[in-house]
Amino acid sequence: MDMKVEKKKLNLKDKYKLLTRDLGWEPSYRSKDEIYPYVKYEGLKVHDWDKWEDPFRLTMDAYWKYQAEKERKFYAIIDAHTQNNGHLNITDARYLTALKIFLQAISPGEYAAHKGFARAGREFAGVGTQVACQMQAIDELRHAQTQIHAMSNYNRYYNGFHAFADARDRIWYTSVARSFFDDSMSAGPFEFMIAIGFSFEYVLTNLLFVPFMSGAAYNGDMATVTFGFSAQSDEARHMTLGLECIKFMLEQDPDNLPIVQAWIDKWFWRGFRVLGLVSTMMDYMLPKRVMSWREAWEIYGVENGGALFRDLARYGIRPPKGWDDAEKAIDHMSHQLMLGLYQWSFGTAFHSWIPSDEDMDWLSAKYPATFDKHYRPRWNHIKKLAAAGTPYKNFGLAKLCQCCQLPIVFTEPDDPTMLCNRETTYKGEKYHFCSDGCQDVFEHEPEKYIQAWLPMPALFQDQQGDIGAWMDWVSLKDGTDNGDYAGSEDQRNFQQWRGLATSNQ
Amino acid sequence: MQIDLRTVSIQPLRNTFDHLARRFGDKPASRYQEASYDIQAAENLHYRPTWAPEQQLYDASITRIVMQDWYALKDPRQYYYNTYTLARARQQDTAEANFEFVDSRGLADRLPDALRNTALAVLVPLRHAAWGANQHNSFICGYGYGAAFTQPCMYQAMDNLGIAQYLSRLGLLLGGTEALEAGKRAWMDGAAWQPLRRYVEDCLVVRDPFELFVAQNLALDGLLYPLIYERIVDDDFSVRGGSAVAMLTRFMTDWFAETRKWVDAVVKVAAAESAQNQAQLSEWTQAWSSRAAAALLPVVELALGAQADEAVCEQLAGLKQRLDKIGITL
Repeated sequence: MDMKVEKKKLNLKDKYKLLTRDLGWEPSYRSKDEIYPYVKYEGLKVHDWDKWEDPFRLTMDAYWKYQAEKERKFYAIIDAHTQNNGHLNITDARYLTALKIFLQAISPGEYAAHKGFARAGREFAGVGTQVACQMQAIDELRHAQTQIHAMSNYNRYYNGFHAFADARDRIWYTSVARSFFDDSMSAGPFEFMIAIGFSFEYVLTNLLFVPFMSGAAYNGDMATVTFGFSAQSDEARHMTLGLECIKFMLEQDPDNLPIVQAWIDKWFWRGFRVLGLVSTMMDYMLPKRVMSWREAWEIYGVENGGALFRDLARYGIRPPKGWDDAEKAIDHMSHQLMLGLYQWSFGTAFHSWIPSDEDMDWLSAKYPATFDKHYRPRWNHIKKLAAAGTPYKNFGLAKLCQCCQLPIVFTEPDDPTMLCNRETTYKGEKYHFCSDGCQDVFEHEPEKYIQAWLPMPALFQDQQGDIGAWMDWVSLKDGTDNGDYAGSEDQRNFQQWRGLATSNQ
Repeated sequence: MQIDLRTVSIQPLRNTFDHLARRFGDKPASRYQEASYDIQAAENLHYRPTWAPEQQLYDASITRIVMQDWYALKDPRQYYYNTYTLARARQQDTAEANFEFVDSRGLADRLPDALRNTALAVLVPLRHAAWGANQHNSFICGYGYGAAFTQPCMYQAMDNLGIAQYLSRLGLLLGGTEALEAGKRAWMDGAAWQPLRRYVEDCLVVRDPFELFVAQNLALDGLLYPLIYERIVDDDFSVRGGSAVAMLTRFMTDWFAETRKWVDAVVKVAAAESAQNQAQLSEWTQAWSSRAAAALLPVVELALGAQADEAVCEQLAGLKQRLDKIGITL
């Protein structure tokens, strides 16, 4: 056999096909059902995996080369940041509350996504889909690690970072994010893709990532903003994957539409609740604010999300069921949640504080219809108590939503004076929810959500309500990690160190 | 002359994160440690998987290997994403230069026909085996327990994909798209390849992550890489005027020399943990390596003919020596 044939010039698309999907084959010694045991049970119908369009054509050699360049830059800046006490360049140590929440609640989510995509990268029955998932799996590992590295130096100088691994599994508010990721990973591979690949990466990432990284830039946090820039092109790939995935599912079979729609409804609402934490960051935690939560929602929710769902309408997809309730919550949620965080600040490994008059003026300008009417009076009351030496603390336990795990602090969509509390009785047990959206999610899959680990009952049952024992268990250092920022060690140290760095005292 | 720049000096409050201080003492941690230890959720998992309700979301008991601490299985290369990516970026630079060298000098066209045909016949179908390896390592990463053990498996999976792509490019360079088509036909129907394809497909249904680790990374790779890339390509082909082929597979040779150290370290620590682990690992290694040897024999015959038997026996002896050092008995 003479192979000295004239070589055909391959175009990029054909070459990429040969370098990926052509690697697979039709098995004959084992059945596909044995090899891919999880692709059918969710009810999704896929007739032709080859119809999958590769959203980006990256071969491994290009991946290594490109990512290595980004890595070199990232660590060069992180090293310089550490060496030059870059932490003293932040606007104020209050800002670190946002980072502490991020490291305890969101970075572990990156790791979970890494594991989930490694599984999806094996369980899907098409090479193109698998390769795309695997690349996201290794990227998510990168994000978890670079975030830990970026925040590692803050941990050496400030409180609240030191026990992030313990907080991830034990403290109460991290359960909001972890239950989200646990929920997605305990679902089948297709639902996982809708949850993380589509809802989180495509619909909600802009609301998490852009405000967060812009917040870092606005507040002089070189370490975190460098991570943000470095991860940007990864995120762009992930968003493309999420969109490709949903189109693929919808184009494969008309029967897939109701299944996908139900997942979009569910994961939009789950994601929206996780973003509640971001809303407090944008409106309250950044000393120098980028934009209000309301403004971010207008751009990334209403405009971008609206365009996306108009685009998906041709498949029969409608905007997520909870969209209108979300819109009604936008002007309230950050205030309600921040008031909650403040009153339970004895139990958080980050500081909260009473907004200054100037902050409240900003909030009332950004939320003209709601802040002065509903929330300024409550903050003023809390301020009075603090001034009188009797700061407002709620040592009672927050009732948590069985689904999203946030405390039940939100109001009725159409009545901001009424606390929203829903109940479902299932097999003789009563379960509580913060919203119709969360109740719907539960009622769709009660057997799943009755398993939820609720951190507050854990405090009661395992620690007999002994708050000191609970703090030891979650590795929370009372008096330094928690409580009001005013008078905290973080505040004192930052002022003193900044003085050293900027004056001759 | 030494110039000391002065910076503002402030005393840090602590050296490292609590979970690392508990493991390694109160001192600054390395980036590998920060990136690896205890970063997988371990407690209070919320829901059982709907795809396997008898399992936990992260479940150490889905393998028969029992470790008191899965983070004992550390990677001697200390790879985290950064160090891994930088190492591979350097290797791909070399690989790229080698491909470019062979292509621009027309070395592929100057290969003796018989040798080129043998190279294509032996190497091109292996891109499918490499894809199988990718599937297995992605599985181990996804379902294995503890980041110290699982993160290198993700790197290994991406390496397997990279190797499958280098083999495809080799096929395209030496024989065009026809070579890939012929290679796939051989993989699917050629008698020489069926035992190996069967091995890979049987591995695709193994759902014990550690058994899969043994079957792929220790037993199969432990024989395949020395036989194909050292014995056949580097030795046999070079003698026959085929050094150009060895340039195109340099990545694989270097890669195996590096990754086997990690594989050995993992198996050694797991075997030393308990007599049960040792026995289980030995049993798996025995079963999978004898199957791998039998599956590779007809492939090696494509290049070495009558000498194949001897070459495979030699490698089995080499593997046995390697296993002795890590506490596995055949």
